[in-house]
Amino acid sequence: MAPKDDIDPASLKALLSKEKETREKLTKKWIPNFFETPFWRSIFRHKIDDTPRNRSLAVLSNVFLHLQPAKLNRDAVRYAFCWGMGGITFYLFIILTFTGVALMFYYHPTKADAFRDILFLKNDVPFGNFLRNMHRWAAHAMIITTWLHQMRVFMTGSYKPPREFNWNIGVILLLVTMLLSFTGYLLPDDQLGFWAVTVGTNMARATPVLGHEGPGIELVELLGGKITAYNDVRFALLGGSIVDANALLRAYIWHCVALPILGATFMIVHFWRIRKDGSLSGPAPVMLAAEAGQAKGRR
Amino acid sequence: MTHMLAAFDWHQLLHILTEPDNIPIVLMMLLIPYFLWYGFREAAAHDRLIAQLEADPALAKTHHRKPYPYHPAWDKTLHTWPYLLRVEFLAAIIVTAFLVLWAVWLDAPLEEPANPNLTMNPSKAPWYFLGLQELLVYFDPWIAGVILPHVVLGGLMAIPYIDTNPLGNGYYTWRQRKFAISGYMFGFLVLWVLLAIIGTFIRGPGWMWFWPGETWDPHRQVHEVNRHLHEVVGVTGWVNIALFGGVATLGILGALHLLADVVIRRKMPVLFRQQNFLQYMITLNLLAMMLFVPLKILLKLGLNIKYVWVTPWFNV
Repeated sequence: MAPKDDIDPASLKALLSKEKETREKLTKKWIPNFFETPFWRSIFRHKIDDTPRNRSLAVLSNVFLHLQPAKLNRDAVRYAFCWGMGGITFYLFIILTFTGVALMFYYHPTKADAFRDILFLKNDVPFGNFLRNMHRWAAHAMIITTWLHQMRVFMTGSYKPPREFNWNIGVILLLVTMLLSFTGYLLPDDQLGFWAVTVGTNMARATPVLGHEGPGIELVELLGGKITAYNDVRFALLGGSIVDANALLRAYIWHCVALPILGATFMIVHFWRIRKDGSLSGPAPVMLAAEAGQAKGRR
Repeated sequence: MTHMLAAFDWHQLLHILTEPDNIPIVLMMLLIPYFLWYGFREAAAHDRLIAQLEADPALAKTHHRKPYPYHPAWDKTLHTWPYLLRVEFLAAIIVTAFLVLWAVWLDAPLEEPANPNLTMNPSKAPWYFLGLQELLVYFDPWIAGVILPHVVLGGLMAIPYIDTNPLGNGYYTWRQRKFAISGYMFGFLVLWVLLAIIGTFIRGPGWMWFWPGETWDPHRQVHEVNRHLHEVVGVTGWVNIALFGGVATLGILGALHLLADVVIRRKMPVLFRQQNFLQYMITLNLLAMMLFVPLKILLKLGLNIKYVWVTPWFNV
């Protein structure tokens, strides 16, 4: 029997709709819409259809996203205004935290092990070399993006009222970023790190009054004390009079524990204050000198 | 000319530029000019708009006051989801890809194991601190390594409290903030970035000055004799030297204060009127110190004068 090639369109339509109905019935019964399951709804409380309400709720009801406002100035997403350097700095901090924690699994902060651990990472640990490279270059990149972020904030006058305090938090974060990078420099325990930290901490010898080669130590002697290489501020930084085992341990603890906690704390304040001080500063409408005069008169 | 070109040590220059830990500063030397151009281009666009609005008060009343496309029917705000989040997601992908490529292409440096008996020559701090290390040539460590970094941090923190100019809050402009922007750019670009570049690329073994293309010869002899200001003038006896130095240092700082004072009063009367006495004094102090540093650098590099003020306890 030859195949029938002239099917009645009406019966085909009926057949297809019957098929669809059966399929939907089965799907509903056996494979429910994932986004309507109690499991999904327990995580994300809002519905998923694209409405202004749900767009706002997607941000407001998410602990990570609610850092940001639900809506923002339409010009604020222009790359020309905010170069994204602050956000990239934060993203680099996250990358550094992840790669840093992974590196910590392979590293002992002791003179006997530190350098060998790096060789082990370089040559034996799967992706160990990549991990270390990523951590190193992200750290350097973070310094650059921090500086560029500050430059942008300055050029747009974004430190002006009401954001004065947040600028200061930013200055502290700039310092913490550079100290994080500097303390990490010593950890491979190689010539590069050793001499960089020796040069860096040698300056502390000369701290006025508190360093054993600094001006003003005569004042301490007048009071009956004596500042030496074994009790000055450099000794406190290094845990010794030279860059040795204690300095390595101190650098490690500052680098992996103390400074990240400090930095994260100030970051919380920094981000919270961005929102409290009125979110991104602009691009604001330009103000004319004559209007500033009026504003001044009122004050 | 041919001789000079023949003597130009390309290999040395390339070696310094491609040192793994110098790659970031090379990258920064490309990024900073780019973003400067980008920022000042935005400032120019805003300045044109400001000029236009100042010339036409009627327009100023109705204009949306941004140099960006505008339509009254457009929403003033956008939803963060998706308009901001997609930008952030894209930025994260680009940064990740960039870092992955960088990490695959270039290995983090690892030298020989630390050896206190074998001094690296030159021994350098990481590139972002080389501005401070370069200052060690011109100042004793207690100034270069302790006082000046604290002044930099304190000065940065003081900025929002001494800049009383209400204009330019939240938009790029040059016209309305010439003084603030030039002050910051001088500090950042010259006293921080330029000094770091000198410390990275110009300072070779023994922290000697090598022009780009000169071979970093660790055995090079330099026949320079450092002089101090009192020797140039011919003061003798430590009491006289100390007194002379004190007067000279305070005199120079005072003169710089005066210079800054005159320039601000003459050229920036609005700024002058906006600040109170304390704010004005802090501004003058910071300016005087920012001018004193390059002056000291020029004294050393140009006239080989190391100290202005020599006492038995400290030198400036």
